[in-house]
Amino acid sequence: MRKVTFPHMGTSVFIFSDLIRDLGNEPIVPLQPNKKILDLGVRYAPEFACLPFKVLLGSYLEAMERGAEVVVTSGGNGPCRAGHYGEVAQKILDSNGYKIEILVFDSVFRNPFQFIRKLNYLNKAKLSYWSIAQLIRFYWRKLQALDKLERCTHKVRPRALNKGITTKVFKQGIEWIQQSRNLGEIEEAEQQGLLALKNIPQDPDRMIIRIGIVGEIYVLLEPAVNHEIEEILGNLGAEVDRSIYLSGWAHDNTFGHKKDSLHYARPYLGTAIGGHAQEGIGHTIMYAQNGFDGVIQLAPFTCIPEIVVKTIAPRITKDYGIPILTFFLDEQTGRAGMQTRLEAFTDMLKRKKRQPLKVVGGEKYARVFGN
Amino acid sequence: MEKTKIGIPRAFFYYIYYPAWRTYFESLGCEVITSPPTTKEIIDLGVENALAEACVPVKIFFGHVQKIKDKVDYLFIPRVMSMNGKTSYCPKFLGLPDMIRSAIPNLSRLIDITIDLRKDPLTFHKAAVKVAKDLGHTAWEGLRAFHKAAHIHKDYMALLHKGVFPNNAIQGFFSENAGKTEFAYNDFIENKGSKQTPLRLAVLGYPYTVYDSFVNVNLLEKLKGMEVEVVTMEMMDPQILKKQRNKTVKRIFWTFSEMASRTAYHFFENSKDIDGIVHVTAFGCGPDFIVDKLMEIEAKNKHSRVPFMSLAVDEHTGEVGMMTRIEAFCEMVRRKKEAVI
Repeated sequence: MRKVTFPHMGTSVFIFSDLIRDLGNEPIVPLQPNKKILDLGVRYAPEFACLPFKVLLGSYLEAMERGAEVVVTSGGNGPCRAGHYGEVAQKILDSNGYKIEILVFDSVFRNPFQFIRKLNYLNKAKLSYWSIAQLIRFYWRKLQALDKLERCTHKVRPRALNKGITTKVFKQGIEWIQQSRNLGEIEEAEQQGLLALKNIPQDPDRMIIRIGIVGEIYVLLEPAVNHEIEEILGNLGAEVDRSIYLSGWAHDNTFGHKKDSLHYARPYLGTAIGGHAQEGIGHTIMYAQNGFDGVIQLAPFTCIPEIVVKTIAPRITKDYGIPILTFFLDEQTGRAGMQTRLEAFTDMLKRKKRQPLKVVGGEKYARVFGN
Repeated sequence: MEKTKIGIPRAFFYYIYYPAWRTYFESLGCEVITSPPTTKEIIDLGVENALAEACVPVKIFFGHVQKIKDKVDYLFIPRVMSMNGKTSYCPKFLGLPDMIRSAIPNLSRLIDITIDLRKDPLTFHKAAVKVAKDLGHTAWEGLRAFHKAAHIHKDYMALLHKGVFPNNAIQGFFSENAGKTEFAYNDFIENKGSKQTPLRLAVLGYPYTVYDSFVNVNLLEKLKGMEVEVVTMEMMDPQILKKQRNKTVKRIFWTFSEMASRTAYHFFENSKDIDGIVHVTAFGCGPDFIVDKLMEIEAKNKHSRVPFMSLAVDEHTGEVGMMTRIEAFCEMVRRKKEAVI
């Protein structure tokens, strides 16, 4: 059986590995990015490569040690450089004498024939296209259920009486979703998971601040890379809302769709510049309008779209009075340093919430941290 | 009536489009003001306002804008998305007017017209008409000015392809006795008396780092002093570069990066034409890590006859350290060449 691996992205790992197994391959499940993976990636990746590239390269190398032969990853069409990552990783691995094939799936519309050829190559079980579509629908539903649970944990964690319990219940919920065998069971697992989370004893009187998280998709979705920022914030008494989920569905249901965020972003950034720059700006403004207390921007070091966003951020703070804290993450970022900055940020937001600042000279006082 | 003053910062697109832009505005009856060549003061001004994480060309651009913003009525910072209808530019170019507007206080008015040939084949004409109308001229005048500018641009590009450096070409275009002087071709005069073997190096990199002699600490001058003939990617015939289009699976997304990598591939294939390749890159440059790695792997595995070096510059680059590396590289290449001869 062909051994296939794929990038590790948050909690979604088991979904992709099941999909790959159903297509008739042996999945080599990627490990959660750790020190060893990062070291491997840093050794072979160029210095200015962004953290996601280093992590991915490292995890491919680690999976190769366990026998992986093929990597399945997604592509892109610029101007963000992630679209070139498959090719560059392939060349780096080739030139270092590793034998692995990186299969990049670009958008179907870019080159449909190539897409189908790659799909056929991966489809060892010779499933019909209809059953592949069914499979994708099934796993998509799982992804949605997973994202829904994760959203719920963000609400429960800051209010929970017992600090570690939310994560435990969430892990149980993930297991239920993983074990479900058909769409009905997923529905049931989802409901059960949500119920279990809501039944966690909570303190309704606690003062909760609300923080939105925007930024680059990979560092946003991979807790191992962003040092579990959502958990840290939750334990500091902040309700977190993440602007991007893998299924993209949960968020659209609360605030409105992607095009709304682009609408708000346009006066600040007139065009799509790659990555999630425009969405980041739009979501920041939407958070401000929905009464959030602060926004945190997560970005990999040398990510140019996020640099553009950060340059524009002070103007949003001035116009909407929302504090923005930016983290540029790289392989040197330490958890303790991040924790300190987050504590200071949440402290400031809490103080601000307790005593609403007086309006002086017609303009709200606000500061941008992270400069 | 006093002329409207248009400011064009001496950074980024200056090295490629300045003659065209200046001609356009001058035929609309405006006065064009350019910032002086980059100095320490300009970098410091830029570092104050730009983000620490941004690459040094962005900081320099911010500095140039700071330098001229109070002297002009309008700043011309277009949003250049695609000039060839296929590839775009680095994200920082696409968000440039937005970054400037957010980061620099008390800005004079910006002309931030969008130019995107991928979406609209008439984008140049439309932009020319719109800017002319905004400045109080008729559409017809705008088109005429555009026509003139396009001519100048063609002449300018022809000069670059012949081997004139942009700074010399711009000087030749707009000096007192324009049209009469001979351009200094390539600045390279073979010194018959010297005993050194002449070298021909390709200096690849984006025009705003290769031709800004402050940021690359006088690299081109120094190479000239070491009797090295320099070839840059602007000197390459586009038709020659086009032959290298199948070297990457996906077309490289960014215009300048694509030019750099194609030039490198061209010289790797025709290694007799060149003695070595130097890649000049700015610290933290996003696209360059891909371009540089592709070149490096190509040079290492398939074309080991072509020596390759990459030089990273930033606002702290010291002259001596740079000099040592260049000297060592040239020495090595020269020794290799002499041994072969």
